[in-house]
Amino acid sequence: MPTYQLNINGERREVTVDSSTPLLWVLREDLKMTGTKFGCGISACGACTVHLAGIATRSCIVPISHVGDRPIVTIEGIGQDAVGRAVQDAWVEKDVVQCGYCQSGQIMAAVALLKHTPKPTEKNIEESMGGNICRCATYPRIREAIKSAAAQIK
Amino acid sequence: MRRIRLILFVSAAVLTLTLYIVEVRFARADVPDTTTTAQGLRAWEQVYSVLTHPRCINCHTATDYPQQGDDRRRHVANVVRGGAEGKGVPGLNCAGCHQESNADSTGVPGGHNWHLAPLSMRWQDINDRPLSSAAVCRAVTDRSKNHNLDGPALLKHHEEEALVKWAWNPGRRPDGTMRTLPPITHEQFVAATRQWVEAGTPCPAGR
Amino acid sequence: MLARFTQQQFDRRGFLRVSFAAASGLFVSLYLNGSSIEAMAQEGGQPPAKVYPPDAFVNIRPDGKIVIQVNRLEFGQGVQTSLPMLLADEMDADWSNVIAELAPAADIYKDPMFGIQMVGGSGSIAHSYQQYRELGAKTRAMLLAAAAERWSITPDKARTENSVVYGPDGKSATYAQLASDAARKPVPATVRLKNPTELRLVGKKTKRLDSRPKCDGSMKFGLDLDLPGMKVAVVAHPPVFGARVKSVADNEARAIEGVRDVFEIPLAKGTGVAVVADKFWPAKQARSRLKIDWDLAAVEKADSSELWTKYRQLARTPGNVALTQGDAKALDQVAAPNKIVAEYEFPFLPHAPMEPLNTTIRFDGDRAEVWAGSQFQTVDQIAVAEVLGLKPDQVIFHTEMAGGGFGRRAVGDSHIQREAAAIAKRLRGTPVKLVWSREDDVQGGYYRPMHLHRVEVGIGPDGLPLAWRHMIVGQSITAGTAFENFTVKNGVDSTMTEGVADTHYKIPNFHVAVHHPKVNVPVLWWRSVGHTHTAFVMETLIDELATRAKADPIAYRRKLLKPEAKKLHSVLDLLEKASASWRNSLPRGHALGVSSHESFGTGVACAVDVSIENKRPKIHRATIAVDCGLAVNPLSVESQFQAGVGFGMSQLMAKGAITLKNGVVEQRNFDGYVPPYIIDAPMAVDVHIVPSTEAPTGCGEPPVPVISPAVVNALARLTGKRYRTLPLVSI
Repeated sequence: MPTYQLNINGERREVTVDSSTPLLWVLREDLKMTGTKFGCGISACGACTVHLAGIATRSCIVPISHVGDRPIVTIEGIGQDAVGRAVQDAWVEKDVVQCGYCQSGQIMAAVALLKHTPKPTEKNIEESMGGNICRCATYPRIREAIKSAAAQIK
Repeated sequence: MRRIRLILFVSAAVLTLTLYIVEVRFARADVPDTTTTAQGLRAWEQVYSVLTHPRCINCHTATDYPQQGDDRRRHVANVVRGGAEGKGVPGLNCAGCHQESNADSTGVPGGHNWHLAPLSMRWQDINDRPLSSAAVCRAVTDRSKNHNLDGPALLKHHEEEALVKWAWNPGRRPDGTMRTLPPITHEQFVAATRQWVEAGTPCPAGR
Repeated sequence: MLARFTQQQFDRRGFLRVSFAAASGLFVSLYLNGSSIEAMAQEGGQPPAKVYPPDAFVNIRPDGKIVIQVNRLEFGQGVQTSLPMLLADEMDADWSNVIAELAPAADIYKDPMFGIQMVGGSGSIAHSYQQYRELGAKTRAMLLAAAAERWSITPDKARTENSVVYGPDGKSATYAQLASDAARKPVPATVRLKNPTELRLVGKKTKRLDSRPKCDGSMKFGLDLDLPGMKVAVVAHPPVFGARVKSVADNEARAIEGVRDVFEIPLAKGTGVAVVADKFWPAKQARSRLKIDWDLAAVEKADSSELWTKYRQLARTPGNVALTQGDAKALDQVAAPNKIVAEYEFPFLPHAPMEPLNTTIRFDGDRAEVWAGSQFQTVDQIAVAEVLGLKPDQVIFHTEMAGGGFGRRAVGDSHIQREAAAIAKRLRGTPVKLVWSREDDVQGGYYRPMHLHRVEVGIGPDGLPLAWRHMIVGQSITAGTAFENFTVKNGVDSTMTEGVADTHYKIPNFHVAVHHPKVNVPVLWWRSVGHTHTAFVMETLIDELATRAKADPIAYRRKLLKPEAKKLHSVLDLLEKASASWRNSLPRGHALGVSSHESFGTGVACAVDVSIENKRPKIHRATIAVDCGLAVNPLSVESQFQAGVGFGMSQLMAKGAITLKNGVVEQRNFDGYVPPYIIDAPMAVDVHIVPSTEAPTGCGEPPVPVISPAVVNALARLTGKRYRTLPLVSI
């Protein structure tokens, strides 16, 4: 089994794992970082969203062998970023979560949106958040929280 | 008497042949060599058969979204074009899932710079129906729409572009089965393209 | 703050037993073996009175934190905030120091009405409202008694505020300081509850206690559990429900590194093959390499198109009568032009909660420990004990935070827990986490049943329905389960007729009958159960009648409702006011859709602004009026309705159905079954709550039934078509 050097939330981590293992399961089971969630395994739901070299990425379908030295940021680390913190704070302020299981992925998608488009329109929000499933359907409050975070971010 | 008949016969034959050559030649006045045109058109049909195969046409859509699968259904997770670059939107970037190479263990295809072809290079209508051979040929050869590629540049594109070559190495689906390949090999596709280019990239008549 | 229940904390259970005996002596432990519901039925249906010792629910820590046990699963509905609010308010606790915990399975945490530990039927607040208020008031009384003793005064000379008792002459003591003395005081038999003006928290918008951990990745759900030495298991289930393994070739599976064992296990019906590995990925890879030969001979192969044919035939034959009112022949006397005949079709629906189902169990021979996000903790505890050959109180059952449920985790046959227990039994001593993949979930059954409604309505000269014949065909959810005695009477399962047979509309000649075919597809309650389909039928037909009568949809409903339908009248009134600014001035291409429905004691009225975009309904706005009695946490009520209508849109999604072909489920994952994404849900929802001091009724399920008829009523105005087959594949 190969050993991989990973850059996660600014830290160097090393894992020895089968090359076919998706990044999601390396995070959850080898590194015990369970903030990134398993929802479907076929990139349809977005619960597994992390940032890979700054791009919102569905970790359930990226084999560990494809990651390389690209920096990974997960929900556990996104709060170190000003936009990440603003989004998390807005999520709490607007009481977005219900069961909460999808929200790691929602937040990671929202942060990717706001980093690229600081003043998103309703359409921008619908498009960038359009692939994240919330089975509880907290969507109206997700919209509000993104707008609120956008207003907070300088 | 027999000699005259022979001369007349040969003259008639030569005349007929000449008329035939002239007729065909003048029917395609813009092409220097008439036999190559017909071959060029046949070669184009081979090229067209590849371009409209799911491995290619799924990203040459007229809509805001790519397709996937041999049934060419709308791509999962509501991914959208995201503007002229066709690379998706910040929360749903093509490259976010489609890595530099196929991920066979998870069934996601990959290739360098995965993105949608621009709308100028759409090969379907907005109802997801493939355009006719004539329409696709016109789109592909329109230099105001195809990034100013001439014949030789088109050939190079078909021969070398990573995402084009990907169609013949499309990887496995999530269920482990191999994705289907275009109807001819890449080598045959390049050869057909070459023949079509050498014929002056003729397009079939019609809409 | 929400803290997970650890094993050390659970050893407190021993302490509780001691304190029960010491503290009250009045405490009666009613451990109901077998089905608690059955026992209740035998006793005549009245749940026995219980005494709830406060110290099983409240723990005042020395650092001032107040840990409150929540007797139900939290799976998004907000109960881990609202129930503690009730207790903390009566107790005069400092809310900023309250921590909620999900209580483990125990007799003391059973639902006071139903006698099992559960969440469902939108009953959390409704059933535990009084209970939690009393617990808070009793705790306060005991703290006052302790302070009074300390200061040699009578308790009435002291007052409480924000976790402090204040006495005369500037005396004060914190709850933390008084806690151990208070615990020794007798639990009062009766207490006075606050009157509405004294309430500080209840009735005020209060933010959830569990938000932050759910936003920073630190909240642990059942699937996140990690124990030393734990293994992960997946199970290959039969492709047709109830089939059995004939043979399995597992050498390729065992060759995957990390795979520990492969063996056959019994399932609730039929058998499957378990794969145990060190981690999920190797387990899943190994399972896909199993070569299993299934015995499909003896099982019925349900097929959706065959079932529709059968259901249509059944609908035309007499069934079991659910309701008969007025003249059965009245309908035949109505002339054809004044009749509507409508057939409605509803498919199987999966719950598909966001967190794939999972359970972790460790079996140690004479005891076992379970970790599960269960809606039915005590029922599941009994099932696990049965599989492991233990008594239920030898099974410690932890309640994990759950990523959604919608009814999927409230299963009478505890099939997931039984699967996990069968595996844990074999792995004795090693904890094992059973994981269902999304494919297992989508294909695993326990769906909202398929239904066909056949309705004939005869319209009177006043445009109101004069006669109504209603046939419903669908599997009974509760027949053959412990709940049957409560829900099935005269061959009619009330969980299928609710919303029709108990309608609040005045229909003078009204006849409802059912058929409950037996089909080899396991079925279950899906958030709002019978109302998922009955409300759609009623509210689209009523709308059709209103349109024919050229009446305003709100006015027509008001006219047709019985005067005693107070909640529905109040929400229609409130909806009229709340939507006045936009309802009748929609832009071109938009239309209004209205619906109203009462379920689980709560009245709801809904108005939507809909247009068609990309051939799908686009809901620009939904205005909702709710009458749920007292809204304990109005913020929670608002969230439930804003989001619940989005969940309800599941029924309209183009790929929102489970279908079977030759016994095999045709959908596999979220590519084949597609739930609502952000674009499919209403863009904005404003919720208006009727002010009320009546006893609270539920808000978990009531949002769901109203949205699909409202949207379809709007579509009918836009396209002129009637939509009677769900899901909406095309418009």
